Amino acid sequence: MERTIYREIKVNRPLIQLAALLVAFLLAAASSWFYIEHHGHIVTGMNNQIVWGLPHVFAIFLIVAASGALNVASIATVFGKVPYKPLARLSGLLAVSLLAGGLAVLVLDLGRPDRLIVAMTTYNFSSIFAWNILLYNGFFVVVAAYLFVQMARGMPYQAVQMVGFVAFIWRLILTTGTGSIFGWLVARSAYDAAILAPLFIAMSFAIGLAVFILVLTLACRLTDRALGAKLLARMGRLLGIFAAVVLYFAAVQHLTNLYVAEHAGVERFILWNGGIYTWLFWFGQVLIGGLVPIALVFHPTGGAKPASTITASALVILGGFAQLYVIILGGQAYPLEIFPGFTASFSFSDGQINIYIPTWLEFFLGFGGIALALALSGFGMKILRILPTSLSDANVGQD
Amino acid sequence: MKPPALSFHKKPSEMSRRDFLKSGGAVATITLAQGVTLMAFGGQAGAMADPGKRWGLLIDVGKCTSDCTACVTACSTENGWQDTGHPETDAQWIRKVDLVDDATGHELSLPMMCQHCDDAPCIDVCPTTASFKRADGIVLVDKHICIGCRYCMMACPYKARSFVHEPVRGQKTYAPRGQGTVESCTLCVHRVDRGDSPACVEACGKTGNGAMMFGDLMDPESQISQALLNYPSLALRDDLGLRPGVRYQNL
Repeated sequence: MERTIYREIKVNRPLIQLAALLVAFLLAAASSWFYIEHHGHIVTGMNNQIVWGLPHVFAIFLIVAASGALNVASIATVFGKVPYKPLARLSGLLAVSLLAGGLAVLVLDLGRPDRLIVAMTTYNFSSIFAWNILLYNGFFVVVAAYLFVQMARGMPYQAVQMVGFVAFIWRLILTTGTGSIFGWLVARSAYDAAILAPLFIAMSFAIGLAVFILVLTLACRLTDRALGAKLLARMGRLLGIFAAVVLYFAAVQHLTNLYVAEHAGVERFILWNGGIYTWLFWFGQVLIGGLVPIALVFHPTGGAKPASTITASALVILGGFAQLYVIILGGQAYPLEIFPGFTASFSFSDGQINIYIPTWLEFFLGFGGIALALALSGFGMKILRILPTSLSDANVGQD
Repeated sequence: MKPPALSFHKKPSEMSRRDFLKSGGAVATITLAQGVTLMAFGGQAGAMADPGKRWGLLIDVGKCTSDCTACVTACSTENGWQDTGHPETDAQWIRKVDLVDDATGHELSLPMMCQHCDDAPCIDVCPTTASFKRADGIVLVDKHICIGCRYCMMACPYKARSFVHEPVRGQKTYAPRGQGTVESCTLCVHRVDRGDSPACVEACGKTGNGAMMFGDLMDPESQISQALLNYPSLALRDDLGLRPGVRYQNL
């Protein structure tokens, strides 16, 4: 095994083409934002029933992925797994980039994004949302410190371990906070469940690792740096375990709800007759995002192939997106139960399934967040020594 | 059994010196500021609130008729929110709901608005303290610091809040609105502070139905407290323990 050498990535034609594509997405997102700002949210698919739409799915996806992407670094420094050590810097960089992308979407979808300073200076400490603002800001600081101690010359390894441990605990608390945004909503029968916090942590493990695998593979291929098949297969198997953990928590969540009579309606809606939500749950979340990637990475013969891990990562991302769509939109589409035992015959949408049809503006805003995260990661790799020159299996250490 | 109305009464021992001074300050503010238009809820409205009061509504569903929307019209006219032809995104500070009892087929009609909860989820979840409760129990939104995150709308069990989706027109100086912020029934705080009842209650009375009663829940002698004492009533989603200031009879 040779010493790991980290070097800035060199600009080449494929990288410039990718950068141009990302800039196009960023411009589309900026245009969408200006349009929404000018006309109001009337031009989106959101309304007074579905108050959080597609931008929130993108934003929470990126925020959840951010904390999960940091896991690779945690596995190296907190759990001492040698093969992951050369990946720790990229893990940290990707984590802060994804968080920045997610927060950008979240802020730009506010009714008054110009009042961001209010959100940063006026806190209601009984609000989990306010706590999350502190947790997000703290995440940037902690992960920046983590990157610094990893990259500073002569830094004792104990310092890296210590900061890495703080970052690991911080990310667990952060994702607990993200899940609790929904878990602490007593009003809606789809939420109001403590299990949403650990479910979100499990989702972050899976989605974050999947995003990390794809970004790492793309970065290595675009810059002609070796990426060992064994290392990739190892991450693929871990991804399979994470995907199974997500399925486990989702199963417990729904089985518990099915047991409680008052939640039977919302469970029937999500699992049986909820149209797009039922379809996304079974086909998107369970099959595409869970069973297929697990089968791919644990396949006795094909599981070790890079293509299996890469495909599984893409599927976990699609499944995670479907899962968040079901949680966020499905939970709002199912009506509030204000009058149990009664049926509303005339009302302002009371007792009716709420319809949400996202507009292209919301898609562009969301994709802008992804583009921002990727652009920041690429820029970070360009100016900092993040990516090892070789991640071939011969170069990567063993446990 | 202790009547529910009594739970609103604040014990004299709970009335702190600060409460007393604030109460005195409120009187002074009213006297000094007569004729001055209330521009925002965050400042003056909060200062005027009397902690010795707990404003509330009692709605007699038995007297509310399905074909009557006088309360909705009065609220809209009073507070300057309109039907723009987009029912899904239009503001609905108050709405009429017609219900059919699943077990018996009995039909009834009632108005829904902010229930002015004592333990309001919208206030708990608001990241910037824009959602707040006055000392007299009226739950409001400070439009100056609402960032339009809509978390309060996610948290409200009554779907009582609206997000302003379009540029606003026809604003009233005493009921400021703003695109990109959240709003809801203010219990006509500007009228209450000058000693009147909310517009919906007044309009309901004029129709002859008289289905809505407004008053001080902490005053055991008030008409509303007496009605709550003598007749059964309930709070919507009482299981959540939010202690709303709006209660319903004959539901």
